[in-house]
Amino acid sequence: MKKEDKKKKRFWARLGKDIRVNYILYLMLVPVTVYFVLFCYIPMTGVQMAFKSYQIKAGIWGSPWVGLKHFRRFFSGYNFGGLLKNTVYISLYSLIAGSVVPILFSLMINYVRSGRWKKTLQMVTYLPYFISNVVLVGMLGIFLGDSGIVNVALKSLGAEGISFLSSGSLFRSVYTWSGVWQGLGFSSVIYIAALAGVDMQLHEAAIVDGASIWQRIWHIDLTELRPTIFVLFIMGLGGAINVGYEKILLMQNPLNLAASEVLSTYTYKMGLINSDYGFSTAVGLFNSLVSMVLLFWANRTTRKLAGYSIW
Amino acid sequence: MGTEVKKTRRRGYKPGGSDKRFYIFNGILMGVIFFIYAWPLWFIAVASFSDPNLVTSGKVFLLPKGFHLNGYRLIMEYRDILVGYANSILYTVAGTALNIVMTILAAYPISRQDFVLRRFFTIFLVFTMYFSGGLIPLFLQVKSLGLYNSPLAMLVPGAISVYNVLILRSFFMYGVPRSLEEAAILDGANTFQMLVRVILPLVKPTIAVLVLYYAVGHWNDYFSALIYLKDRNLMPLQTVLRDILIVGKIDMVSSGMEMEAVIAKLKTAQTLKYSVIIVSTVPLMLVYPFIQKYFVKGIMIGAVKG
Repeated sequence: MKKEDKKKKRFWARLGKDIRVNYILYLMLVPVTVYFVLFCYIPMTGVQMAFKSYQIKAGIWGSPWVGLKHFRRFFSGYNFGGLLKNTVYISLYSLIAGSVVPILFSLMINYVRSGRWKKTLQMVTYLPYFISNVVLVGMLGIFLGDSGIVNVALKSLGAEGISFLSSGSLFRSVYTWSGVWQGLGFSSVIYIAALAGVDMQLHEAAIVDGASIWQRIWHIDLTELRPTIFVLFIMGLGGAINVGYEKILLMQNPLNLAASEVLSTYTYKMGLINSDYGFSTAVGLFNSLVSMVLLFWANRTTRKLAGYSIW
Repeated sequence: MGTEVKKTRRRGYKPGGSDKRFYIFNGILMGVIFFIYAWPLWFIAVASFSDPNLVTSGKVFLLPKGFHLNGYRLIMEYRDILVGYANSILYTVAGTALNIVMTILAAYPISRQDFVLRRFFTIFLVFTMYFSGGLIPLFLQVKSLGLYNSPLAMLVPGAISVYNVLILRSFFMYGVPRSLEEAAILDGANTFQMLVRVILPLVKPTIAVLVLYYAVGHWNDYFSALIYLKDRNLMPLQTVLRDILIVGKIDMVSSGMEMEAVIAKLKTAQTLKYSVIIVSTVPLMLVYPFIQKYFVKGIMIGAVKG
């Protein structure tokens, strides 16, 4: 007890001295703290709306509690199963495709022998990073729409058209692969740089030992890349698991809705379009829980497979 | 680095057998990838200069046909696009400036080993990456602060990205030699002078990359406008683009127009889709070469040292 008191005192004494010496650091953090309190921590207290019947006049704190009413309504709703399935499916699909393809691309582009061609490829694959979701979805319409370029070409060849954008079954693939297309160059920058740093003596030794390129990719490049892969994968997890609802909202139409409605788009619609605040917050909270579970699960898997983890 | 690698790889080594097949396979693969990337972008550009009828019937492939500039002329007459363009420039410039200042203010203190509350503030920031109140509580908070339907709603709610703060923090920690800071202090500089004159110039590549990240985010943001803005005169370019490209709503047909004029306008509206993509996207792509040289240097430590 006494020891703890002393420790506490020492801390306050240290803090007092630090504030005097490093007062500028504390001043710098004033606007930062204000920002996080206003736009992160106060909204966090709004989570209680999920358990309340929100009334505008009473405000968030004054509205009456309703327990798990919103959750019960949500879980027994006709679309609950579909929403959950779509969310998990789309998250995992794009997480896996979005992580694996850039690695494969970097491993291959590393063996492009002309420096100029390699640079051109890197630049061209990087360009879509600058395209907005709105323009990307607009381009999907131009190329893959029912009267888009691809379908015009298919029909002129006598084949049947494919409704890429208005069918539920293709939605996930179109969503995921257009995302991979857009993110490839951006995601491979670090891999390509890491591969350029691989010690050439390793390759020379392997060549002398008669290793083929495939063997060198597998045993040298991939091994050297491993730490980077896991660091990036884990860093990307948090973001990837939050399904990109902005793009999905833009891609949605009545024909693909059964496959494209996910928890986050549903939160948006119930909250800001139907103004059903309590219910929407409940759905949003459930969505964060699902993301957390996925995050824990993915983290545990990478730890088991590779011994890397966020925590 | 490219040339060095190439030289070593070529010395005394000729691919044969399965390796030769590898290079052929790789060459084809890269060709296909190049096509998948370059052609769609090129096609949009070409289509924006072409006769819309030839485009929709699939006759335009590599070169413009029926060359004209109607799409671009139309943009100059389209009020919403011009207003949106001006708004987007404003939101991007002001928003990015705010982002950079706030990111530096947050990242520097938590990079200092001697800062007593370092751990507290790091957790204070990182916690918000994993937990948030969600859409509705944030929306209500923005509303109750009086930011609804104000241009500030496009800048302030997203003023800091914790992810970028962590990148910059790593650079402050690993990219700036301690001895330099000590020398500055011996010269009588205070913390602020040291930060501005000594440390920030050293992390310029990282700042450049963060400017790019934030600016692209602002320029391409349509969702903030969707939820926070109501006034048509405040809308950014992306909202107008959404109307034109996705909703298919084009405000050019004014009442009292002759039928023929309406049809002619609708035809050129097809071209508008392509030209507006070019006009909205190309400026951003042009910035890239200037920042590219900073790229690897600017993000490497952040990724490798976490």
